[in-house]
Amino acid sequence: MIEIRDLTKRYGRTTAVDRLTLTVRPGHVTGFLGPNGAGKSTTLRLLLGLHRPTSGSTLIDGQRFAARRRGLRHVGALLDAGDVHGGRSARSHLRALAASNAIGRSRVDEVLGEVGLTGVAGRRIGGFSLGMKQRLGIAAALLGDPPTLLFDEPFNGLDPAGVRWVRELFRRLAAEGRTVLVSSHLMSEMEQTAQHLVVIGRGELIADESLAEFAARSVQTQVVVRTPDPAALTVAVREVGADVGTTPEGALMVTGLSPTALGDLAFTRGIPVHELITRSTSLEEAFMNLTADRVDYRAGEHR
Amino acid sequence: MTASTEAARGAGRRAVEPAARFRDLLASEWLKLWSLRSTYGSMALIAVSAMLFSVRAALADHHNWPGYSAERQAAFDPIHDAFPEEGWLFVILAAGAVGAVAIAGEYASGQIRTTFAAVPARSAVAAAKVLVLATVMLVVGVLTAGVSFGLSQAILADRGAGASLGDPGALRAVVASALLLPVCALIGLGFGALLRHTAPAIVATTGLLLLLPLAFDLENRWTAAIHNALPVPAWERLVANPYIQFNEHLATVPGSWVALAAWPVVATLVAALVVHRREP
Repeated sequence: MIEIRDLTKRYGRTTAVDRLTLTVRPGHVTGFLGPNGAGKSTTLRLLLGLHRPTSGSTLIDGQRFAARRRGLRHVGALLDAGDVHGGRSARSHLRALAASNAIGRSRVDEVLGEVGLTGVAGRRIGGFSLGMKQRLGIAAALLGDPPTLLFDEPFNGLDPAGVRWVRELFRRLAAEGRTVLVSSHLMSEMEQTAQHLVVIGRGELIADESLAEFAARSVQTQVVVRTPDPAALTVAVREVGADVGTTPEGALMVTGLSPTALGDLAFTRGIPVHELITRSTSLEEAFMNLTADRVDYRAGEHR
Repeated sequence: MTASTEAARGAGRRAVEPAARFRDLLASEWLKLWSLRSTYGSMALIAVSAMLFSVRAALADHHNWPGYSAERQAAFDPIHDAFPEEGWLFVILAAGAVGAVAIAGEYASGQIRTTFAAVPARSAVAAAKVLVLATVMLVVGVLTAGVSFGLSQAILADRGAGASLGDPGALRAVVASALLLPVCALIGLGFGALLRHTAPAIVATTGLLLLLPLAFDLENRWTAAIHNALPVPAWERLVANPYIQFNEHLATVPGSWVALAAWPVVATLVAALVVHRREP
Protein backbone atom coordinates (compact mmCIF):
# COMPACT_ATOMS: atom_id res chain seq x y z
CA MET A 1 0.00 0.00 0.00
CA ILE A 2 1.29 3.41 -1.01
CA GLU A 3 -0.03 6.52 0.73
CA ILE A 4 0.75 9.96 -0.62
CA ARG A 5 -0.48 12.93 1.43
CA ASP A 6 -0.42 16.56 0.27
CA LEU A 7 2.78 15.93 -1.63
CA THR A 8 4.35 19.03 -3.17
CA LYS A 9 7.70 19.34 -4.91
CA ARG A 10 9.02 22.59 -6.31
CA TYR A 11 12.27 23.05 -8.23
CA GLY A 12 12.90 26.78 -8.07
CA ARG A 13 9.78 28.37 -9.56
CA THR A 14 8.57 25.18 -11.23
CA THR A 15 6.00 23.12 -9.36
CA ALA A 16 6.47 19.51 -10.43
CA VAL A 17 3.99 17.97 -7.97
CA ASP A 18 1.19 20.03 -6.47
CA ARG A 19 -0.60 18.89 -3.26
CA LEU A 20 -1.02 15.34 -4.52
CA THR A 21 -3.01 13.02 -2.27
CA LEU A 22 -3.36 9.45 -3.35
CA THR A 23 -3.61 5.89 -2.07
CA VAL A 24 -2.43 2.97 -4.18
CA ARG A 25 -3.84 -0.34 -3.00
CA PRO A 26 -2.51 -3.86 -3.38
CA GLY A 27 -4.15 -6.55 -5.46
CA HIS A 28 -4.47 -4.79 -8.78
CA VAL A 29 -2.31 -2.98 -11.28
CA THR A 30 -2.62 0.78 -10.90
CA GLY A 31 -1.87 2.79 -14.01
CA PHE A 32 -0.25 6.15 -13.34
CA LEU A 33 -1.04 8.35 -16.30
CA GLY A 34 -0.24 11.85 -17.39
CA PRO A 35 1.31 13.70 -20.31
CA ASN A 36 5.06 14.31 -20.44
CA GLY A 37 6.09 16.60 -17.62
CA ALA A 38 2.98 15.87 -15.56
CA GLY A 39 5.09 14.91 -12.53
CA LYS A 40 4.89 11.10 -12.70
CA SER A 41 8.62 10.45 -12.50
CA THR A 42 9.07 13.10 -9.83
CA THR A 43 6.35 11.46 -7.73
CA LEU A 44 8.07 8.07 -8.04
CA ARG A 45 11.45 9.59 -7.08
CA LEU A 46 9.84 11.23 -4.06
CA LEU A 47 8.32 7.88 -3.07
CA LEU A 48 11.78 6.32 -3.11
CA GLY A 49 13.34 9.16 -1.14
CA LEU A 50 15.68 10.01 -4.02
CA HIS A 51 14.30 13.54 -3.95
CA ARG A 52 13.07 15.35 -0.87
CA PRO A 53 9.53 16.74 -0.95
CA THR A 54 8.97 20.48 -0.48
CA SER A 55 6.05 19.48 1.74
CA GLY A 56 3.78 16.53 2.35
CA SER A 57 4.60 12.89 2.96
CA THR A 58 4.80 9.50 1.31
CA LEU A 59 4.46 6.15 3.04
CA ILE A 60 4.98 2.68 1.64
CA ASP A 61 3.48 -0.05 3.83
CA GLY A 62 3.18 2.50 6.62
CA GLN A 63 6.85 3.59 6.55
CA ARG A 64 8.87 6.29 4.89
CA PHE A 65 10.98 4.40 2.35
CA ALA A 66 13.98 6.71 2.87
CA ALA A 67 14.07 5.66 6.54
CA ARG A 68 14.64 2.01 5.63
CA ARG A 69 18.20 0.75 5.71
CA ARG A 70 17.74 -1.70 2.84
CA GLY A 71 15.13 -1.37 0.13
CA LEU A 72 14.92 -4.34 -2.23
CA ARG A 73 12.75 -6.53 0.02
CA HIS A 74 10.25 -3.68 0.47
CA VAL A 75 10.05 -1.97 -2.91
CA GLY A 76 11.23 -3.05 -6.34
CA ALA A 77 11.60 -0.13 -8.70
CA LEU A 78 12.40 0.43 -12.34
CA LEU A 79 12.69 4.20 -12.66
CA ASP A 80 14.80 4.50 -15.79
CA ALA A 81 16.25 1.57 -17.70
CA GLY A 82 19.29 3.77 -18.38
CA ASP A 83 20.13 4.11 -14.68
CA VAL A 84 22.85 1.47 -14.92
CA HIS A 85 26.61 1.55 -15.41
CA GLY A 86 27.18 0.45 -19.00
CA GLY A 87 30.59 -1.02 -18.21
CA ARG A 88 29.24 -3.92 -16.14
CA SER A 89 27.71 -7.16 -17.32
CA ALA A 90 24.04 -7.76 -16.53
CA ARG A 91 25.00 -10.48 -14.07
CA SER A 92 27.60 -8.32 -12.26
CA HIS A 93 25.14 -5.45 -12.03
CA LEU A 94 22.48 -7.65 -10.42
CA ARG A 95 25.00 -9.41 -8.17
CA ALA A 96 26.25 -6.11 -6.75
CA LEU A 97 22.67 -4.99 -6.12
CA ALA A 98 21.73 -8.33 -4.57
CA ALA A 99 24.82 -8.39 -2.35
CA SER A 100 23.95 -4.99 -0.85
CA ASN A 101 20.63 -6.44 0.36
CA ALA A 102 21.97 -9.84 1.44
CA ILE A 103 20.28 -11.60 -1.48
CA GLY A 104 22.02 -14.73 -2.77
CA ARG A 105 23.48 -15.38 -6.21
CA SER A 106 20.92 -18.07 -7.01
CA ARG A 107 18.21 -15.40 -6.90
CA VAL A 108 20.18 -13.37 -9.48
CA ASP A 109 20.17 -16.33 -11.89
CA GLU A 110 16.47 -16.85 -11.16
CA VAL A 111 15.42 -13.30 -12.10
CA LEU A 112 17.73 -13.32 -15.14
CA GLY A 113 15.85 -16.40 -16.30
CA GLU A 114 12.49 -14.86 -15.51
CA VAL A 115 13.14 -11.82 -17.74
CA GLY A 116 14.81 -13.89 -20.46
CA LEU A 117 18.33 -12.45 -20.18
CA THR A 118 20.20 -15.62 -19.15
CA GLY A 119 21.83 -15.91 -22.58
CA VAL A 120 23.31 -12.39 -22.47
CA ALA A 121 23.98 -12.18 -18.71
CA GLY A 122 27.74 -12.02 -19.26
CA ARG A 123 27.57 -9.18 -21.81
CA ARG A 124 28.20 -5.55 -20.96
CA ILE A 125 25.00 -3.55 -20.42
CA GLY A 126 26.37 -0.72 -22.58
CA GLY A 127 25.70 -2.87 -25.64
CA PHE A 128 22.09 -3.66 -24.69
CA SER A 129 19.06 -2.38 -26.60
CA LEU A 130 16.48 -0.32 -24.69
CA GLY A 131 14.20 -3.35 -24.56
CA MET A 132 16.95 -5.48 -22.99
CA LYS A 133 17.70 -2.73 -20.48
CA GLN A 134 13.98 -2.62 -19.54
CA ARG A 135 14.11 -6.37 -18.91
CA LEU A 136 17.23 -5.91 -16.78
CA GLY A 137 15.49 -3.16 -14.80
CA ILE A 138 12.50 -5.43 -14.22
CA ALA A 139 14.87 -8.20 -13.08
CA ALA A 140 16.41 -5.79 -10.56
CA ALA A 141 12.97 -4.81 -9.28
CA LEU A 142 12.07 -8.48 -8.74
CA LEU A 143 15.33 -9.36 -6.88
CA GLY A 144 13.97 -8.85 -3.37
CA ASP A 145 10.53 -10.40 -4.08
CA PRO A 146 9.00 -7.15 -2.73
CA PRO A 147 5.33 -6.47 -1.83
CA THR A 148 5.42 -3.14 -3.68
CA LEU A 149 6.61 -2.56 -7.24
CA LEU A 150 7.08 0.73 -9.10
CA PHE A 151 7.64 0.91 -12.84
CA ASP A 152 8.23 4.14 -14.75
CA GLU A 153 7.40 3.83 -18.47
CA PRO A 154 8.33 0.13 -18.57
CA PHE A 155 6.93 -0.43 -22.07
CA ASN A 156 9.39 1.92 -23.82
CA GLY A 157 11.56 0.03 -26.26
CA LEU A 158 9.85 -3.35 -25.83
CA ASP A 159 8.73 -5.35 -28.86
CA PRO A 160 5.07 -6.50 -29.02
CA ALA A 161 5.91 -9.86 -27.48
CA GLY A 162 7.79 -8.06 -24.72
CA VAL A 163 4.86 -5.70 -24.07
CA ARG A 164 2.55 -8.67 -23.74
CA TRP A 165 4.93 -10.48 -21.40
CA VAL A 166 5.27 -7.38 -19.19
CA ARG A 167 1.47 -6.95 -19.03
CA GLU A 168 0.99 -10.54 -17.91
CA LEU A 169 3.83 -10.22 -15.40
CA PHE A 170 2.29 -7.07 -13.84
CA ARG A 171 -1.13 -8.70 -13.59
CA ARG A 172 0.37 -11.81 -12.03
CA LEU A 173 2.34 -9.75 -9.48
CA ALA A 174 -0.82 -7.85 -8.56
CA ALA A 175 -2.83 -11.06 -8.31
CA GLU A 176 -0.28 -12.31 -5.78
CA GLY A 177 -1.40 -9.46 -3.53
CA ARG A 178 1.30 -6.95 -4.32
CA THR A 179 0.94 -3.24 -4.90
CA VAL A 180 1.88 -2.53 -8.52
CA LEU A 181 2.15 1.06 -9.79
CA VAL A 182 2.95 1.50 -13.48
CA SER A 183 3.42 4.92 -15.06
CA SER A 184 2.83 5.72 -18.70
CA HIS A 185 1.97 8.64 -20.93
CA LEU A 186 -0.01 6.40 -23.27
CA MET A 187 -3.55 5.33 -22.37
CA SER A 188 -3.45 2.60 -25.02
CA GLU A 189 -0.75 0.81 -22.99
CA MET A 190 -2.66 1.13 -19.74
CA GLU A 191 -6.03 0.08 -21.15
CA GLN A 192 -4.96 -3.53 -21.32
CA THR A 193 -2.71 -3.54 -18.25
CA ALA A 194 -4.27 -1.56 -15.43
CA GLN A 195 -7.42 -2.21 -13.44
CA HIS A 196 -7.19 1.13 -11.66
CA LEU A 197 -6.21 4.52 -13.04
CA VAL A 198 -4.58 7.54 -11.50
CA VAL A 199 -4.34 10.50 -13.88
CA ILE A 200 -2.29 13.59 -13.14
CA GLY A 201 -1.60 16.74 -15.13
CA ARG A 202 0.75 19.57 -14.20
CA GLY A 203 1.44 17.81 -10.91
CA GLU A 204 -2.23 17.76 -9.85
CA LEU A 205 -4.59 14.82 -9.47
CA ILE A 206 -7.22 14.67 -12.24
CA ALA A 207 -8.72 11.22 -11.80
CA ASP A 208 -8.39 8.31 -9.34
CA GLU A 209 -10.84 5.54 -10.14
CA SER A 210 -11.18 2.07 -11.62
CA LEU A 211 -10.72 1.67 -15.34
CA ALA A 212 -14.45 0.84 -15.67
CA GLU A 213 -15.49 3.98 -13.79
CA PHE A 214 -13.11 6.11 -15.82
CA ALA A 215 -14.55 4.68 -19.03
CA ALA A 216 -18.15 5.20 -17.91
CA ARG A 217 -17.47 8.78 -16.86
CA SER A 218 -15.21 9.96 -19.64
CA VAL A 219 -16.15 8.06 -22.74
CA GLN A 220 -18.74 9.94 -24.79
CA THR A 221 -21.14 8.44 -27.28
CA GLN A 222 -21.44 10.38 -30.51
CA VAL A 223 -23.74 9.93 -33.45
CA VAL A 224 -22.37 10.42 -36.95
CA VAL A 225 -25.10 11.38 -39.39
CA ARG A 226 -25.02 11.99 -43.15
CA THR A 227 -27.65 14.20 -44.66
CA PRO A 228 -28.04 16.16 -47.93
CA ASP A 229 -29.10 19.20 -45.83
CA PRO A 230 -26.49 19.56 -43.07
CA ALA A 231 -27.27 23.24 -42.45
CA ALA A 232 -30.91 22.53 -41.50
CA LEU A 233 -29.98 19.58 -39.26
CA THR A 234 -27.27 21.64 -37.54
CA VAL A 235 -29.82 24.33 -36.67
CA ALA A 236 -32.29 21.70 -35.44
CA VAL A 237 -29.74 19.94 -33.25
CA ARG A 238 -28.57 23.18 -31.69
CA GLU A 239 -32.17 24.21 -30.97
CA VAL A 240 -32.60 21.14 -28.73
CA GLY A 241 -29.37 21.91 -26.90
CA ALA A 242 -26.99 19.30 -28.32
CA ASP A 243 -23.51 19.85 -29.79
CA VAL A 244 -22.67 19.31 -33.41
CA GLY A 245 -19.47 19.23 -35.41
CA THR A 246 -18.33 17.93 -38.78
CA THR A 247 -16.21 14.89 -39.56
CA PRO A 248 -13.38 15.16 -42.10
CA GLU A 249 -15.64 13.32 -44.57
CA GLY A 250 -18.30 16.05 -44.36
CA ALA A 251 -20.79 14.18 -42.15
CA LEU A 252 -22.18 15.73 -38.95
CA MET A 253 -21.04 14.47 -35.55
CA VAL A 254 -23.62 14.98 -32.80
CA THR A 255 -22.89 14.79 -29.10
CA GLY A 256 -25.64 14.77 -26.48
CA LEU A 257 -28.42 13.07 -28.39
CA SER A 258 -29.20 9.37 -28.65
CA PRO A 259 -29.53 7.96 -32.18
CA THR A 260 -33.25 7.47 -31.58
CA ALA A 261 -33.78 11.09 -30.52
CA LEU A 262 -31.70 12.33 -33.46
CA GLY A 263 -33.60 10.16 -35.95
CA ASP A 264 -36.94 11.38 -34.59
CA LEU A 265 -35.78 14.99 -34.66
CA ALA A 266 -34.77 14.72 -38.35
CA PHE A 267 -38.07 13.04 -39.20
CA THR A 268 -40.25 15.73 -37.54
CA ARG A 269 -38.28 18.49 -39.28
CA GLY A 270 -38.50 16.68 -42.61
CA ILE A 271 -34.74 16.43 -43.05
CA PRO A 272 -33.63 13.33 -45.01
CA VAL A 273 -31.07 11.10 -43.29
CA HIS A 274 -28.85 8.78 -45.36
CA GLU A 275 -26.70 7.24 -42.65
CA LEU A 276 -26.77 7.12 -38.84
CA ILE A 277 -23.85 5.57 -36.91
CA THR A 278 -23.08 5.62 -33.22
CA ARG A 279 -19.48 5.62 -32.14
CA SER A 280 -17.70 5.93 -28.79
CA THR A 281 -14.60 8.02 -28.18
CA SER A 282 -11.67 5.82 -27.23
CA LEU A 283 -10.19 5.90 -23.74
CA GLU A 284 -7.17 7.46 -25.41
CA GLU A 285 -9.30 10.38 -26.63
CA ALA A 286 -10.97 10.69 -23.25
CA PHE A 287 -7.56 10.85 -21.61
CA MET A 288 -6.34 13.40 -24.15
CA ASN A 289 -9.40 15.60 -23.60
CA LEU A 290 -9.04 15.35 -19.85
CA THR A 291 -5.37 16.29 -19.73
CA ALA A 292 -5.58 18.84 -22.56
CA ASP A 293 -8.29 20.69 -20.62
CA ARG A 294 -6.09 20.76 -17.57
CA VAL A 295 -3.05 22.00 -19.45
CA ASP A 296 -5.05 24.71 -21.28
CA TYR A 297 -6.72 25.82 -18.07
CA ARG A 298 -3.38 26.09 -16.31
CA ALA A 299 -1.75 27.96 -19.19
CA GLY A 300 -4.67 30.43 -19.32
CA GLU A 301 -4.48 31.06 -15.61
CA HIS A 302 -0.80 31.99 -15.74
CA ARG A 303 -1.46 34.67 -18.34
CA MET B 1 -6.59 -15.14 -3.31
CA THR B 2 -8.35 -14.07 -0.14
CA ALA B 3 -7.44 -11.15 2.07
CA SER B 4 -6.19 -13.44 4.85
CA THR B 5 -3.73 -15.29 2.61
CA GLU B 6 -2.55 -11.96 1.23
CA ALA B 7 -1.95 -10.73 4.74
CA ALA B 8 -0.14 -13.97 5.63
CA ARG B 9 2.04 -13.60 2.58
CA GLY B 10 2.87 -10.01 3.45
CA ALA B 11 3.68 -10.95 7.03
CA GLY B 12 5.83 -13.85 5.85
CA ARG B 13 7.86 -11.54 3.61
CA ARG B 14 8.55 -9.11 6.40
CA ALA B 15 9.59 -11.90 8.76
CA VAL B 16 12.36 -13.19 6.46
CA GLU B 17 14.17 -9.88 6.12
CA PRO B 18 17.69 -10.30 7.49
CA ALA B 19 19.39 -7.58 9.55
CA ALA B 20 21.05 -4.80 7.57
CA ARG B 21 24.76 -5.59 7.71
CA PHE B 22 27.50 -3.17 6.73
CA ARG B 23 29.57 -6.00 5.31
CA ASP B 24 26.88 -6.60 2.67
CA LEU B 25 27.55 -3.06 1.44
CA LEU B 26 31.30 -3.76 1.45
CA ALA B 27 30.68 -6.91 -0.62
CA SER B 28 28.54 -4.91 -3.04
CA GLU B 29 31.17 -2.17 -3.48
CA TRP B 30 33.87 -4.83 -3.90
CA LEU B 31 31.85 -6.46 -6.69
CA LYS B 32 31.23 -3.06 -8.30
CA LEU B 33 34.93 -2.14 -8.26
CA TRP B 34 36.13 -5.40 -9.79
CA SER B 35 33.38 -5.69 -12.39
CA LEU B 36 34.71 -2.69 -14.33
CA ARG B 37 37.49 -3.17 -16.85
CA SER B 38 38.88 0.30 -16.12
CA THR B 39 39.82 -0.89 -12.61
CA TYR B 40 42.12 -3.57 -13.99
CA GLY B 41 43.63 -1.11 -16.48
CA SER B 42 44.36 1.45 -13.77
CA MET B 43 45.85 -1.12 -11.40
CA ALA B 44 48.08 -2.46 -14.18
CA LEU B 45 49.19 1.08 -15.08
CA ILE B 46 50.04 1.78 -11.45
CA ALA B 47 52.04 -1.40 -10.87
CA VAL B 48 53.83 -1.48 -14.22
CA SER B 49 54.78 2.20 -14.39
CA ALA B 50 56.06 2.30 -10.79
CA MET B 51 58.21 -0.80 -11.15
CA LEU B 52 59.38 -0.10 -14.68
CA PHE B 53 60.57 3.43 -13.98
CA SER B 54 62.30 2.52 -10.71
CA VAL B 55 64.14 -0.37 -12.40
CA ARG B 56 65.09 1.95 -15.28
CA ALA B 57 66.42 4.63 -12.89
CA ALA B 58 68.39 2.05 -10.90
CA LEU B 59 69.84 0.46 -14.05
CA ALA B 60 70.92 3.89 -15.35
CA ASP B 61 72.79 4.68 -12.12
CA HIS B 62 74.20 1.16 -12.05
CA HIS B 63 75.52 1.64 -15.59
CA ASN B 64 76.95 5.13 -14.97
CA TRP B 65 78.29 4.43 -11.46
CA PRO B 66 81.99 3.92 -12.43
CA GLY B 67 81.95 7.33 -14.14
CA TYR B 68 80.58 9.23 -11.10
CA SER B 69 83.03 11.38 -9.11
CA ALA B 70 83.75 10.50 -5.49
CA GLU B 71 81.66 13.49 -4.31
CA ARG B 72 78.76 12.45 -6.48
CA GLN B 73 78.95 8.87 -5.23
CA ALA B 74 79.01 10.16 -1.64
CA ALA B 75 75.93 12.36 -2.18
CA PHE B 76 74.05 9.69 -4.16
CA ASP B 77 70.39 9.20 -3.09
CA PRO B 78 69.47 5.54 -3.70
CA ILE B 79 65.91 6.07 -2.42
CA HIS B 80 65.24 8.46 -5.30
CA ASP B 81 65.73 5.58 -7.73
CA ALA B 82 63.00 3.60 -5.96
CA PHE B 83 60.39 6.33 -6.46
CA PRO B 84 61.37 8.46 -9.49
CA GLU B 85 58.87 11.26 -10.19
CA GLU B 86 58.53 10.42 -13.89
CA GLY B 87 57.15 6.99 -13.02
CA TRP B 88 55.03 8.15 -10.12
CA LEU B 89 53.31 10.76 -12.26
CA PHE B 90 51.48 7.81 -13.83
CA VAL B 91 50.81 6.24 -10.44
CA ILE B 92 49.34 9.48 -9.06
CA LEU B 93 47.28 10.05 -12.20
CA ALA B 94 45.88 6.50 -12.26
CA ALA B 95 45.17 6.34 -8.52
CA GLY B 96 43.33 9.68 -8.63
CA ALA B 97 41.36 8.53 -11.66
CA VAL B 98 40.30 5.27 -9.97
CA GLY B 99 38.83 7.28 -7.10
CA ALA B 100 37.15 9.84 -9.35
CA VAL B 101 35.62 7.16 -11.58
CA ALA B 102 34.45 5.08 -8.59
CA ILE B 103 31.78 7.65 -7.74
CA ALA B 104 31.49 10.06 -10.68
CA GLY B 105 30.88 7.12 -13.01
CA GLU B 106 28.01 6.04 -10.79
CA TYR B 107 26.47 9.52 -10.74
CA ALA B 108 27.02 10.23 -14.45
CA SER B 109 25.45 6.94 -15.57
CA GLY B 110 22.43 7.23 -13.26
CA GLN B 111 23.46 3.99 -11.53
CA ILE B 112 23.49 5.93 -8.26
CA ARG B 113 19.65 6.13 -8.29
CA THR B 114 19.44 2.36 -8.71
CA THR B 115 21.95 1.99 -5.87
CA PHE B 116 20.06 4.30 -3.50
CA ALA B 117 16.70 2.70 -4.35
CA ALA B 118 18.24 -0.60 -3.21
CA VAL B 119 19.98 0.95 -0.18
CA PRO B 120 18.24 4.10 1.08
CA ALA B 121 20.96 4.55 3.72
CA ARG B 122 23.14 6.77 1.52
CA SER B 123 25.84 7.52 4.09
CA ALA B 124 26.39 3.82 4.66
CA VAL B 125 26.86 3.33 0.91
CA ALA B 126 29.38 6.19 0.82
CA ALA B 127 31.24 4.76 3.83
CA ALA B 128 31.44 1.31 2.21
CA LYS B 129 32.72 2.83 -1.02
CA VAL B 130 35.42 4.81 0.81
CA LEU B 131 36.50 1.81 2.85
CA VAL B 132 36.74 -0.59 -0.10
CA LEU B 133 38.55 1.94 -2.28
CA ALA B 134 41.01 2.96 0.45
CA THR B 135 41.78 -0.65 1.40
CA VAL B 136 42.29 -1.87 -2.16
CA MET B 137 44.50 1.11 -3.00
CA LEU B 138 46.52 0.66 0.19
CA VAL B 139 47.19 -2.99 -0.64
CA VAL B 140 48.18 -2.07 -4.20
CA GLY B 141 50.28 0.78 -2.77
CA VAL B 142 52.15 -1.47 -0.33
CA LEU B 143 52.88 -4.02 -3.06
CA THR B 144 53.89 -1.37 -5.61
CA ALA B 145 56.09 0.65 -3.25
CA GLY B 146 57.64 -2.46 -1.67
CA VAL B 147 58.48 -4.15 -4.97
CA SER B 148 59.79 -0.88 -6.52
CA PHE B 149 62.05 -0.34 -3.53
CA GLY B 150 63.23 -3.94 -3.45
CA LEU B 151 64.01 -4.16 -7.18
CA SER B 152 65.80 -0.81 -7.43
CA GLN B 153 67.91 -1.34 -4.31
CA ALA B 154 68.83 -4.89 -5.36
CA ILE B 155 70.19 -3.49 -8.64
CA LEU B 156 72.11 -0.70 -6.83
CA ALA B 157 73.44 -3.14 -4.22
CA ASP B 158 75.60 -4.60 -6.97
CA ARG B 159 77.57 -1.30 -6.88
CA GLY B 160 77.39 -1.12 -3.10
CA ALA B 161 75.06 1.87 -3.43
CA GLY B 162 71.73 0.32 -2.45
CA ALA B 163 69.75 1.20 0.67
CA SER B 164 67.99 -1.22 2.99
CA LEU B 165 64.72 -0.58 4.84
CA GLY B 166 66.77 0.06 8.00
CA ASP B 167 68.63 3.00 6.47
CA PRO B 168 67.59 6.52 7.45
CA GLY B 169 64.50 7.63 5.53
CA ALA B 170 64.07 4.36 3.63
CA LEU B 171 61.10 2.96 5.54
CA ARG B 172 59.55 6.45 5.64
CA ALA B 173 59.79 6.67 1.84
CA VAL B 174 58.20 3.25 1.31
CA VAL B 175 55.35 3.95 3.75
CA ALA B 176 54.67 7.41 2.30
CA SER B 177 54.64 5.98 -1.23
CA ALA B 178 52.30 3.14 -0.26
CA LEU B 179 49.96 5.66 1.38
CA LEU B 180 50.06 8.00 -1.62
CA LEU B 181 47.79 5.64 -3.59
CA PRO B 182 44.80 5.69 -1.20
CA VAL B 183 45.43 9.42 -0.62
CA CYS B 184 45.16 10.19 -4.35
CA ALA B 185 42.19 7.83 -4.78
CA LEU B 186 40.23 9.47 -1.95
CA ILE B 187 40.97 12.96 -3.30
CA GLY B 188 39.63 11.69 -6.64
CA LEU B 189 36.56 10.33 -4.86
CA GLY B 190 35.96 13.73 -3.23
CA PHE B 191 36.06 15.51 -6.59
CA GLY B 192 33.97 12.75 -8.15
CA ALA B 193 31.21 13.15 -5.55
CA LEU B 194 31.35 16.93 -5.85
CA LEU B 195 31.37 17.18 -9.66
CA ARG B 196 29.41 14.01 -10.56
CA HIS B 197 30.88 13.79 -14.03
CA THR B 198 33.85 11.61 -14.82
CA ALA B 199 35.95 13.88 -17.06
CA PRO B 200 35.72 17.05 -14.94
CA ALA B 201 36.43 14.99 -11.81
CA ILE B 202 39.60 13.51 -13.32
CA VAL B 203 40.71 16.95 -14.57
CA ALA B 204 40.17 18.53 -11.14
CA THR B 205 41.97 15.67 -9.39
CA THR B 206 44.92 15.82 -11.77
CA GLY B 207 44.98 19.60 -11.44
CA LEU B 208 45.26 19.47 -7.67
CA LEU B 209 47.70 16.58 -7.54
CA LEU B 210 50.06 17.31 -10.42
CA LEU B 211 49.57 20.83 -11.78
CA LEU B 212 48.88 23.01 -8.76
CA PRO B 213 52.25 22.25 -7.08
CA LEU B 214 53.97 23.89 -10.09
CA ALA B 215 52.11 27.16 -9.55
CA PHE B 216 53.88 28.27 -6.38
CA ASP B 217 57.06 30.31 -5.96
CA LEU B 218 59.32 28.31 -3.67
CA GLU B 219 61.55 31.34 -2.91
CA ASN B 220 58.69 33.06 -1.09
CA ARG B 221 58.08 31.73 2.39
CA TRP B 222 54.25 31.86 2.21
CA THR B 223 53.73 30.42 -1.24
CA ALA B 224 56.29 27.73 -0.38
CA ALA B 225 54.23 26.88 2.72
CA ILE B 226 51.10 26.38 0.59
CA HIS B 227 53.11 24.28 -1.85
CA ASN B 228 54.41 22.12 0.99
CA ALA B 229 50.88 21.51 2.25
CA LEU B 230 49.75 20.01 -1.08
CA PRO B 231 49.54 16.21 -1.16
CA VAL B 232 52.16 15.39 -3.80
CA PRO B 233 54.82 17.84 -2.48
CA ALA B 234 54.21 16.37 0.98
CA TRP B 235 54.89 12.90 -0.42
CA GLU B 236 58.02 14.19 -2.24
CA ARG B 237 59.33 15.58 1.04
CA LEU B 238 58.77 12.24 2.81
CA VAL B 239 60.48 10.27 0.04
CA ALA B 240 63.53 12.55 -0.03
CA ASN B 241 66.81 11.37 1.42
CA PRO B 242 67.14 12.93 4.90
CA TYR B 243 70.54 14.43 3.98
CA ILE B 244 69.31 16.32 0.93
CA GLN B 245 68.13 19.90 1.23
CA PHE B 246 65.84 20.98 -1.68
CA ASN B 247 65.09 24.60 -0.85
CA GLU B 248 65.33 26.95 2.09
CA HIS B 249 61.60 26.67 2.94
CA LEU B 250 61.65 22.89 3.27
CA ALA B 251 58.66 21.41 5.07
CA THR B 252 59.14 19.46 8.29
CA VAL B 253 58.62 15.70 8.23
CA PRO B 254 55.76 15.71 10.77
CA GLY B 255 54.14 18.60 8.88
CA SER B 256 54.30 16.58 5.67
CA TRP B 257 52.70 13.55 7.35
CA VAL B 258 49.87 15.79 8.56
CA ALA B 259 49.39 17.22 5.06
CA LEU B 260 49.35 13.74 3.53
CA ALA B 261 46.73 12.60 6.05
CA ALA B 262 44.57 15.73 6.04
CA TRP B 263 43.76 15.73 2.31
CA PRO B 264 42.01 12.34 2.18
CA VAL B 265 40.18 13.09 5.44
CA VAL B 266 38.81 16.36 4.04
CA ALA B 267 37.99 14.70 0.69
CA THR B 268 36.11 11.89 2.46
CA LEU B 269 34.12 14.35 4.56
CA VAL B 270 33.21 16.38 1.46
CA ALA B 271 32.10 13.20 -0.33
CA ALA B 272 30.02 12.02 2.65
CA LEU B 273 28.37 15.43 2.97
CA VAL B 274 27.41 15.88 -0.69
CA VAL B 275 26.26 12.26 -1.10
CA HIS B 276 24.00 12.68 1.91
CA ARG B 277 22.68 16.14 1.12
CA ARG B 278 22.31 16.45 -2.64
CA GLU B 279 19.53 14.77 -4.61
CA PRO B 280 20.89 12.10 -6.93
